[in-house]
Amino acid sequence: MSKRIKILKTYKIFIDGKFPRTESGRYTQLKKDNIPLANVCLSSKKDIKNAVLSARNAFESWSNKSAYNRSQVLYRIAEMLEGNKNQFLEELILQGVDSKKAILEIDQSIDRIIYFAGWADKINPIFGSVNPVASSHFNFTILEPMGVVAIVAPEDSSLLGLISSIIPVIVSGNTTVSIASEKLPLCAISLAEVISNSDVPNGVVNIVTGEKEELAPHLAQHMDVNALGLNLENKVLKDKMVFEATNNLKRVVDISQYNIQESEFEAPYIVKNFMEAKTTWHPIEKDFTSSNKY
Amino acid sequence: MSSKIKSLKYNGKWDFSPSIESIEDISLKKEYQLFINGQFQKPISKKYFPSINPSNEQQLTKIAHAESKDVDLAVNSARNAFNGHWGKLPAKERAKYIYRIARIIQEKSKELAIVETLDGGKPIRESRDIDIPLAAAHFFYYAGWADKLQYAFPNRTPKPLGVVGQIIPWNFPLMMAAWKIAPALATGNTVVLKPAETTSITALLLAEIIQQAELPPGVVNIITGDGSTGELIVNHPDVNKIAFTGSTKVGKSIMQSISSTTKRSTMELGGKAANIIFEDAPLDQAVEGVINGIYFNQGHVCCAGSRLFVQESVYELVLRKLKDRMQSLVVGNPLDKNTDIGAINSKEQLSTINKYIDLGVKEGADIFQLNCELPNGGYWCPPTLFTNVSQSHSIANEEIFGPVLAVQTFRTTQEVINKANNTPFGLSAGVWTDKGSKAFNLASKLKAGVIWANTYNKFDPTSPFGGYKESGHGREGGLHGLSPYLNLE
Amino acid sequence: MKLHLKTKVDKLGIDDRVSRITKRSLKSEAKFQGLKMILSMIDLTTLEGMDTTKSVEQLCYKATHLHKELPDLPNVAAVCVYPNMVKTASNFLKDCEVKVASVATAFPSGNSSIEVKIQETNEAISNGADEIDMVISRGKFHSGEYNYVFDEIATIKESCGNHARLKVILETGELGDYDHIRLASEIAIKAGADFIKTSTGKIKSAATLPITLVMLEAIKDHYYTTGKMVGMKPAGGISNSKLALQYLLLVKETLGNLWLDKHWFRFGASSLANDVLMQILKQKTGFYQSNNYFSKD
Repeated sequence: MSKRIKILKTYKIFIDGKFPRTESGRYTQLKKDNIPLANVCLSSKKDIKNAVLSARNAFESWSNKSAYNRSQVLYRIAEMLEGNKNQFLEELILQGVDSKKAILEIDQSIDRIIYFAGWADKINPIFGSVNPVASSHFNFTILEPMGVVAIVAPEDSSLLGLISSIIPVIVSGNTTVSIASEKLPLCAISLAEVISNSDVPNGVVNIVTGEKEELAPHLAQHMDVNALGLNLENKVLKDKMVFEATNNLKRVVDISQYNIQESEFEAPYIVKNFMEAKTTWHPIEKDFTSSNKY
Repeated sequence: MSSKIKSLKYNGKWDFSPSIESIEDISLKKEYQLFINGQFQKPISKKYFPSINPSNEQQLTKIAHAESKDVDLAVNSARNAFNGHWGKLPAKERAKYIYRIARIIQEKSKELAIVETLDGGKPIRESRDIDIPLAAAHFFYYAGWADKLQYAFPNRTPKPLGVVGQIIPWNFPLMMAAWKIAPALATGNTVVLKPAETTSITALLLAEIIQQAELPPGVVNIITGDGSTGELIVNHPDVNKIAFTGSTKVGKSIMQSISSTTKRSTMELGGKAANIIFEDAPLDQAVEGVINGIYFNQGHVCCAGSRLFVQESVYELVLRKLKDRMQSLVVGNPLDKNTDIGAINSKEQLSTINKYIDLGVKEGADIFQLNCELPNGGYWCPPTLFTNVSQSHSIANEEIFGPVLAVQTFRTTQEVINKANNTPFGLSAGVWTDKGSKAFNLASKLKAGVIWANTYNKFDPTSPFGGYKESGHGREGGLHGLSPYLNLE
Repeated sequence: MKLHLKTKVDKLGIDDRVSRITKRSLKSEAKFQGLKMILSMIDLTTLEGMDTTKSVEQLCYKATHLHKELPDLPNVAAVCVYPNMVKTASNFLKDCEVKVASVATAFPSGNSSIEVKIQETNEAISNGADEIDMVISRGKFHSGEYNYVFDEIATIKESCGNHARLKVILETGELGDYDHIRLASEIAIKAGADFIKTSTGKIKSAATLPITLVMLEAIKDHYYTTGKMVGMKPAGGISNSKLALQYLLLVKETLGNLWLDKHWFRFGASSLANDVLMQILKQKTGFYQSNNYFSKD
């Protein structure tokens, strides 16, 4: 019996819930030990534009969902990932992680999603406030999502790193465009497939692959991006992005300040960093009195 | 509403007599020095610039101009204080100094109010009732945080950043100094603060208060100068954080300057706030909110409600009420207790405002200005509003920072949300409606850091203030005003 | 006609506006002018169960001779009495411009039949009353019978005809909140009131500055839509000049010049006049004054 010919996976990019090829048509062949692993899209400025547009369009509805609902949607990603462990295991191993560590990374990734999913409806009780102003007003501060957040994922942690960069950002209602690890992009697209099969609305997560140095500045320059979440060791590129971000005063969060590998990453402060504080005032009617002193 | 009805008149029958706040007890020095390391020091630059009373263009005093070496001295003194005594001081002791400052401000409130009005041109009613009390309250509020920080950040150990450089604007000179210094001290940082060039005096009076409070030398340094002095602070390598309040343009350039450094920042920048009146609103109170929104402090307010949106069904009525209300605004001598609108802060600002007024007329909007007598000498602008304005008019989308209101209409809630958010700014917004559910809907949809529902331009030390989008980042006031001055370990 | 609350009132906004107006500073000429204006706007009032012909006559004398050392001061606007004292007052005041106002319509509760109220009004007018201060039926108002309240006012207005101006007392202290005060003001104005008035002075809570502002705004809105002026009379508890000046400032800044006139603004007060006189004398002499030098009637 002849040997079965294996079906090779086509790795495309993830924009607005769909898996297009890059509009530029460019790709790079990913190899390991000179054996081709896959063809990976080299996305372009135009893909970035489409991804940002999709994230922008998704923002209103995603941010208006109840926190409870967002929490469940994220939990669902974890459920789906749990059932697809093998694919990620294979890819992690292909990308050079030893199997023991790969199993650990997958478990950690799933647990991390569940950890942050739980914050959806707890961030505001912890970090919001009712402010005792001296005048007769009811005054409260709540945290709101910022809008479209552009993420540069860490280079050397292809699954856990990407999940840890996206999930704390979208849990509060932000939508995202992420540039996957340039060296290790395989898990990113498989993660996109999991997300696509779960209940995450189209456009909440967009993932592109390609050369960071080419793509990242476009995100930093884009006037409709509200914040950047960066994992960048390349200081020149990072400085360039922070500089470009001033065009429309994007908020910049250095995600790499938190240690993604460690459980201490699991804290609400990163969620809070991608939120804006909004304070609302409203008069409180005082009792009706008919005294001339008031 | 018939146009035949005789319009109401509010002046000429029983007018106010002058009621001028006495300045007899106020004596300003001939020149003011830099406050560095607990001492008033002559600038190494040997340079001084005049401080002008904008209501009569007379020179009040001369202010030292800090240059590079002076900035070095100030930053070094702040660094030494941080590394030395201040950094080791128990938090509850730190608090006591801040409480002292609050108390001395209260004691000297009359003097401070008068000087604020002389130097900046704002009505004495406002400096007396708003600026100075709020400055004291801010110190008092943050003093109490100093030894309670661990409760603000669950599971974290908050640590001060080090030396913070703070650059403040001329619209609320003392109050802005308080907004900057109080949280910085409460969180254990040391400070180099630069007030705006045209309004330095009350900051230097605050330096005297700080001296009187016996705050250890170098914890707060107050140096004066123009934008170039500010730049030196921004670019000083030993400064850990920049807190800036001012224009979006300067804010962006500061952000660029520090983009390749590890400096942290808080930016409180421009705005073009929408003030929205629905047909079911308490209209007279809404009109009062519009007046407070745009004519408070001559409109020199980053959160000024400079875009008024009125639902079409009540447009005529609201406009009539607004114009009638404007008639009882008193424009004139800022020291007069009845003055509602004082002097424009500087010649430059007046020409900016006039440029926009001309532009509004040129772009085809209809102008209405209060017909009032303006004093001779000094810088003045009567309360102004434009109707027949659309979103694309310059007066409707650029920050004017003066008493100029752009009035537009809307039909539906969705329409007004879109129009209100159709701006790069996002500092504040106002909404007027009697319907609670509508107010909450607007409060959640408007992209702005502060939402005033059925009120406007209210401030409180417990209430976080700061913007979305190009209006800046970070918050000042309240619990949320702490983290911009802390590292969480 | 269906009557309902159309215009909303935000209480804190009203209070804030009042607090801003009361920070106005009145000095020298403006203060003097204000004090004189107050005197000319006073409805000098006596509404006691123990009023007698003699006590009413004494009050009328006071109304026309405020202070002998200050002969050029204006007289008060009116003397306000119970219906049974109207004849006494109108006889005393027949040759001067001080008006006679009479409370009517089962003052202060208003709890009697419309026939009795009409009868009382007619009697006061035929005895010489220039002005009728009626009360609204608060019970009917609270039970939502706004048309009843409206009709009652309209009926009394009809009785007043061209003979007397009608002041409608809302008794705001019993209305519960500013929205009710606004609605009652609108009902009274639409039913034909020449004046709206806050209080009877017979319950503890009487006129306040914020309540007066709410009513002034109702008057202003009516003017905007119809061009017709309606007068305003705060009453009860306004016993010193400082407070009275603040009321006047409310009028100045809300309705403007036209209403700064005794034809359109009145104070219902009994002891205010003497305090104003003391202030005027203080303005003239620079000395603080004593009650002992001002006649109490």
